[in-house]
Amino acid sequence: MNGIIGLAVEKIHVWRGERHVLKGVSLTLASGESLHVAGPNGTGKTTLLRVISGLMRPEQGTVSWAGRPIGQAPLEYQAALAYASHEPALKGDLSALENLVFSVGLKRRVDAARLREALARTGVEACADLPARVLSAGQRRRVALARVLSFEAPLWLLDEPFTNLDAAGVALVAGLIEEHTARGGLALVVAHHDLRLGGAARRLDLN
Amino acid sequence: MWTWFYRLASPPSVYRIAAVATPWLLAGALLAIAYGTIDGLAFAPPDYQQGDAFRIIYVHAPSAWLSLFGYMVMAVTGAIGLIWRIKMGYAVAAASAPIGASFTVLALVTGSLWGRPMWGTYWAWDPRLTSELILLFLYVGVMSLRSAFEDPARGDRAAALLAVVGVVNVPIIHYSVQWWNSLHQGATVAKMGKPEMPGSMLWPLLSMMLGFMLFYAAVLSMRVRGEVLNRERQSAWVRAAVE
Amino acid sequence: MSGVGAARAMGLVVRRELRLGFRRPDQLLQPLVFFLIVTTLFPLGLNLRLSLLREMAPGVLWVAALLASLLSLDALFKSDADDGTLEQLALSGHGLTLIVIAKTLAHWLTSGAALVLVSPLVATALAIPTSAFPVMAASLALGSLTLSWLGAIGAGLTVGVKRGNVLLSLIVLPLAMPLLIFGAAATDRAVGGTDATGPLYFLGALCVFTSTLAPFAAAAALRITLE
Repeated sequence: MNGIIGLAVEKIHVWRGERHVLKGVSLTLASGESLHVAGPNGTGKTTLLRVISGLMRPEQGTVSWAGRPIGQAPLEYQAALAYASHEPALKGDLSALENLVFSVGLKRRVDAARLREALARTGVEACADLPARVLSAGQRRRVALARVLSFEAPLWLLDEPFTNLDAAGVALVAGLIEEHTARGGLALVVAHHDLRLGGAARRLDLN
Repeated sequence: MWTWFYRLASPPSVYRIAAVATPWLLAGALLAIAYGTIDGLAFAPPDYQQGDAFRIIYVHAPSAWLSLFGYMVMAVTGAIGLIWRIKMGYAVAAASAPIGASFTVLALVTGSLWGRPMWGTYWAWDPRLTSELILLFLYVGVMSLRSAFEDPARGDRAAALLAVVGVVNVPIIHYSVQWWNSLHQGATVAKMGKPEMPGSMLWPLLSMMLGFMLFYAAVLSMRVRGEVLNRERQSAWVRAAVE
Repeated sequence: MSGVGAARAMGLVVRRELRLGFRRPDQLLQPLVFFLIVTTLFPLGLNLRLSLLREMAPGVLWVAALLASLLSLDALFKSDADDGTLEQLALSGHGLTLIVIAKTLAHWLTSGAALVLVSPLVATALAIPTSAFPVMAASLALGSLTLSWLGAIGAGLTVGVKRGNVLLSLIVLPLAMPLLIFGAAATDRAVGGTDATGPLYFLGALCVFTSTLAPFAAAAALRITLE
């Protein structure tokens, strides 16, 4: 199924007050591809990701998924989407596992055993039953990645997934992204970090 | 088919229309208010119960009406901004809020001045004045919400939504306050503006109403021009217009 | 596809909110204690003129309940917005309106319903006769649920505002005035031993009305702040 256009972003314009943040950004992402969105601070990387996720409506331009503008069937689009924001989106008072039960459970029916497996794959199995507030920043990032894995969604939108990760963690995330695209998934990764993604990885510089 | 609407709602045309309209509106307001004031204060007969005290109705009733009208304008233009994403809707809404709030204050002040000879006290929790006071709180809420955001675009949208929610609530508040008041006192409270009026009293009132409306429109168009200039200060046409 | 139905999703959100609430019991108790403290202020301020207090009791009870429920409203969306959970909820594939309904109901269970439960205690202190308790509890239940819906709109609008809780009260209290009017009137009539169904029906109507429209308004408010 390689080469089928999944995501098409056309001429996105966003203003933040008087600042023209995104000036006509276009991109396409096909099944099996990953795209690294790079650029210095303040160039609208996160804004672009939020527009693509549908959280934010652009002043001009369209985002389409499977040939349809995402505004037409937002809930179906969201079902195909795994979004990881800059914040890990974990509740400190819930354990890592509970956090996943409640957030992944909204998208698909999962049992705790599968979620533990996902936590094991990102290397934080031991933290599953600890409240998220005692985890280190890097461990939280890994739990958030386990959530992305557990969504089992074709389209990954990751905002700075390498922050707070050690060298092994960076390699792990890069490996997971490659694995995802190798199975026909799509990944859009925002990172100012220099990134080596194998396969059909492309790079888009915003400035 | 809607292109004319969008073109009309573009900042330069809003700015131009407001600039052309302002002097005419002001002139009309001046004429109508002058006639209403002179006729109302000097020639209209005194009320058989209230004597000359009733004459404050010539200021009170129009300001009370415009306090509601200003809120409606704010909510409707805000809704236009929200639904059709027309930014000028927010500019008009932002311009209307302080004017409407000022009329609300004026209605409250004149109402309580009127209350002094009528009830012997400035404030007697008359239902109309109580509703007016709650309306002032609604105005304050909308204006504070708009200015609380660091991103003005977000403040505009939040304020517009709150104004719309408020419009839905205004009749509920009005009737519940009336119901609340009817619990404790009968219909002893003077009805403001309700009873039949002879023409000699009514004509100046209608003229004042018209004059206040025109005055509101004039101030609104002046404020809209200010809002447009401020919001579009980066655009080429504003720079050209200013220079 | 293993889709998740709307009812299941709502149940999940409600359960999550309740679990989070019970992990921090002090935060659940604080508004209730505030409710008790405010009602204590009145007898002290009135220098123990008990006859006066008895006449004012329904109003005092209702004002204290309104203020106490406002306290917890600020947190309705704030912590979720701060830690990114709100974005996950917004993209969960169920639509924000459903999320708002679930979160607001859960909030009411831990705030409004709790107020109803402790209200007999406060009512006894204010010398409200036991015969008036059913009407009082019913009016508080309807009123606090309506307030939660109104509060959801206010909380949604002020999520993006720094130190928005004063602003939240400023926005919500004027909208809540009809609740106070009918709620206090219902309690007052029950205390006086007259028929309180009129104001209770009004409260019920307001509750149905806001339950229908407020979730959409609150979701729209959250969308504005999320952008």
